[in-house]
Amino acid sequence: MADTLVRKSSSSPSLLFRYGPEITGLASLVVAALLFELLVRVGVINRYVIPPPSDVILAFERVVTEEDILGRSGATAFEMIVAAVAAVLVGVPVGALLHRSPLWRRAMEDWVGALAAAPIVLAFPLFLVLFGRSPKTIIVMAFFHGLAPIILKTIEGLSGTRKVLINVGRSLNMTSSQMFWKILFPSALPVIFTGIRLSWTFVLITVVGVEYLINLGGLGQLINELAERYDLPGTYAAIFFVILVSVFFFILLERVELWLRPAR
Amino acid sequence: MEDIRLQPAMVVDDVVKRFGRGDEIVTAVDHVSFNVAQGEFVSVIGPSGCGKSTLFNIIGGLLGDYEGSVMIGDERISAPHPAVGMVFQEESTFPWRNVIDNVAFPLELQGVAKSERMDRAHHFIDMVGLASFEKNFPSQLSGGMRQRVSIARTLVSQPKILLMDEPFAALDEQTRLLLGDKITQIQQELNQTTLLITHNLTEAVQLSDRIVVMTYRPGKVKRIVDINLKRPRTSDVVGSDAFGHYVAEIWNDLREEASRGMADSESAASRRGAHG
Repeated sequence: MADTLVRKSSSSPSLLFRYGPEITGLASLVVAALLFELLVRVGVINRYVIPPPSDVILAFERVVTEEDILGRSGATAFEMIVAAVAAVLVGVPVGALLHRSPLWRRAMEDWVGALAAAPIVLAFPLFLVLFGRSPKTIIVMAFFHGLAPIILKTIEGLSGTRKVLINVGRSLNMTSSQMFWKILFPSALPVIFTGIRLSWTFVLITVVGVEYLINLGGLGQLINELAERYDLPGTYAAIFFVILVSVFFFILLERVELWLRPAR
Repeated sequence: MEDIRLQPAMVVDDVVKRFGRGDEIVTAVDHVSFNVAQGEFVSVIGPSGCGKSTLFNIIGGLLGDYEGSVMIGDERISAPHPAVGMVFQEESTFPWRNVIDNVAFPLELQGVAKSERMDRAHHFIDMVGLASFEKNFPSQLSGGMRQRVSIARTLVSQPKILLMDEPFAALDEQTRLLLGDKITQIQQELNQTTLLITHNLTEAVQLSDRIVVMTYRPGKVKRIVDINLKRPRTSDVVGSDAFGHYVAEIWNDLREEASRGMADSESAASRRGAHG
């Protein structure tokens, strides 16, 4: 009996300790929702600007059954994955090439930095002319927006490789290809992943933003339509699905990172 | 029969290294000569700025452009040589590889089959006392353990000469003494020819058969001291009168050099202060 009591008392604090951050995060969300509910109901916040959270929850069913939310989430996720993966496949090699050539690096780095800061979403009329009102436009724009952080962080990661690790490689007479794949690249991976995370955030913003602006495709278009209908609870419910797609996206990235960098 | 220990494994002959151009030339290493016999443990000691690290890079083949010669057999060292295994002062394990993969790394480059390289890596990990940490990543190890991984990674290629640059500089004194024991034990077990670059007097006396004392800039050989302490040797030796005698004797040589180095850094700092 005493033994059971001891086990019980020792297991509950450890559970709380283990899931403490998740429980606290979830509780904060619930508290914030309740606070908004209260502020809207007493009239401090106008319900035509921010709907009460209870209305948003009720709108979920309608959005799911009437607005083909799964199909739209799938369309947005597809555009995001194509653009994001393309940004990685192009950005990392371009970053590696620029790292190898100091002249090109000095010539291009500022331009790439400018590309990262440019509000590419606003250039949508140009892309519409080039690629038509199709998912291709959304993907190409998101790709360009997501490219710069990966290039910049790849250069930064490769340049930041500790000199002593390079000297270990030199002392072992490694070829330049071995040096890249076995020392420079793995050493740069944490910084490259920071670039990928930034890039994927840019990609997500661009995909949803351009879908909204050109009224085409997945969740961005749905948000546009619901906002046009002045269905604010529905709009917020759709925004929630954007967050879901984003969470799915970043869990996927975390899995890939865990696979590539088991020593994190 | 010729004593194998008398055959030099490495000959450093009249090595000079200068940096800079025109009026800005600085001589880091100035006509340095000594040799290291097979199975011998030699330390090079000197104050900061005496060209120890430059010498380490020259002998390791990382600095190919120098005058004089570093010979291993009939070969002059001008690039990294497979006969020389280097252990660096800074922590140099690969954080993305676990202990066994770190140690097996040189064998992987040589194309050794996986089972054989794992066996050989396991042997050297065992030798440095990390058998139960094979699957751990460097971030899960202490500084001393990480340096032992680096040493095992260097030994796994079975280099003719083990070249170490202050490998325990970042460690506390007690860990340093204990790791000194481990190095002595490994060196005796493998009859490993070893050249240690250090600024630590007690470490040099604890481990060495001979100590090359360097002057402050430009780095010249001031004296070579034979250390006649019994082998096999452990850290217990630090309590002996003979150990104290050697430490005092070498410090006598080093004090003047270290004082010059200190005065130089202080005047450089005051110049910087005056300009700042």
